[in-house]
Amino acid sequence: MGVFLDQFLNQTVLAKYTPLILKGAGVTVILSIMIVLAGIALGALLACLRAYRIKPLSFLIVVFADVMRALPPLVLILLVYFGLPNLGVVLSSFTVLFLVLSLVLAAFAEEIVWAGITSTPKGQWEAARSTGLGFTQTLGFVVLPQAVRMVIPPLTNRAIAITKMTALGMVIGVPDILGQATTAQSFSANASPLTLAAVAYIVIFLPLVIASRWLEQRFTQKGH
Amino acid sequence: MSARTINGGPPSTATLSVRALHKSFGSIEVLKGIDLHLQRSEMVFVLGPSGSGKSTMLRCCNLLEEPDSGAILIEGDKLTGPGVNLNKMRQRIGMVFQSFNLYPHLTALGNVMLALRRVLKMSRDQAEAVAMTALDDVGLSNRAGHYPSQLSGGQQQRVAIARALALKPTVMLFDEPTSALDPELVGDVLDVMRDVKEKGMTMLVVSHEMKFARDAADRVVFMDGGVIVEQGPPEQIFGAPTQDRTRAFLSRFNG
Repeated sequence: MGVFLDQFLNQTVLAKYTPLILKGAGVTVILSIMIVLAGIALGALLACLRAYRIKPLSFLIVVFADVMRALPPLVLILLVYFGLPNLGVVLSSFTVLFLVLSLVLAAFAEEIVWAGITSTPKGQWEAARSTGLGFTQTLGFVVLPQAVRMVIPPLTNRAIAITKMTALGMVIGVPDILGQATTAQSFSANASPLTLAAVAYIVIFLPLVIASRWLEQRFTQKGH
Repeated sequence: MSARTINGGPPSTATLSVRALHKSFGSIEVLKGIDLHLQRSEMVFVLGPSGSGKSTMLRCCNLLEEPDSGAILIEGDKLTGPGVNLNKMRQRIGMVFQSFNLYPHLTALGNVMLALRRVLKMSRDQAEAVAMTALDDVGLSNRAGHYPSQLSGGQQQRVAIARALALKPTVMLFDEPTSALDPELVGDVLDVMRDVKEKGMTMLVVSHEMKFARDAADRVVFMDGGVIVEQGPPEQIFGAPTQDRTRAFLSRFNG
């Protein structure tokens, strides 16, 4: 028991590295917010573009979404971080992580929002067009609001899953929670910073998981 | 006397003209040359067995279905052809659907206001005033804040009528407006349609409400197999149809 406490909950180590983990938590939160905003916005935009059914454009969107969903995000992260400098493009590890995870979330969000758009009844389009609304207006004011309501639960779940992957930033040196914790762990030769990291992740993500459950219930009850 | 000569008057003065309309779905020709002209304030009922093409004909009138050939004219202005602003033309053609098609994420008021705001570019206050008047006309101003899911089928259909009427269309199309309703809710919708007619609206109605057609229609058109078989005043069509197909169809309803 003493060994366990010393290894995972060492008071001295905890006290020393808490500020660092908190700093890392700040980075994780900021990154997560940026990824969710950019990823969902881009995904919704792509789904809307696909609604115009311009064949070459739709094809490109589908290829993008499928490739991004097929590749393990870690592969993409390494590829961009270590590959792009050879082409003369040097991005910070923070930027690489943001870009890659935003694109991955966008790919999933595109598929989810697209499913919402296609499951909106045809009669909604017809009613709107019959009143003189254009295609884009119908999409924006009638179809998209319904589609988004329909897909909020899967979208929330996916957003949580992707933002948790910010922990992958550790491998390219992003100073997020896990990045800070692993650094602290190697300096202190003690696992307590990792315990702190786990606690920090739970503090950040558990409320989101609970919120997504609440959203899911709310939007299934309404049953539009 | 051919059926065509009793089409009310020459096409140029008609409020809604359907000329030589053809439409096929794949290899099936659904409309085989329809000519129909509605005069101002006329209410024309279209009857016919399912598959006769009557709904397709109606949906061609605002180009929800694209005709293969022929023309649709509103007060002499063509709906088809190059250079036509379809969205502008559609403001002149109101449509009411069998399944109401209200926007579920908007209140009754929001449903009526949307096109006023986004198509006619009215201010919020102006659109709200017009929409409230339209809801009042169908007896539902007290339900303005309700969502479609909180309204009965009959109320939803009346909101849908208000949504179309608020744009002050030249002609109104009704595609089986009471077919999806419980019997006890049909009367309210028919009463509203009667009001609309009394205010002088030009109306083209596809429906199986025979009694209403007999009471309220100015003219009844019987379609079968993609053509107009017979048309005339309701007392003639219901009382003394000249065509066998019309008689056979009507006997199924009366018998």
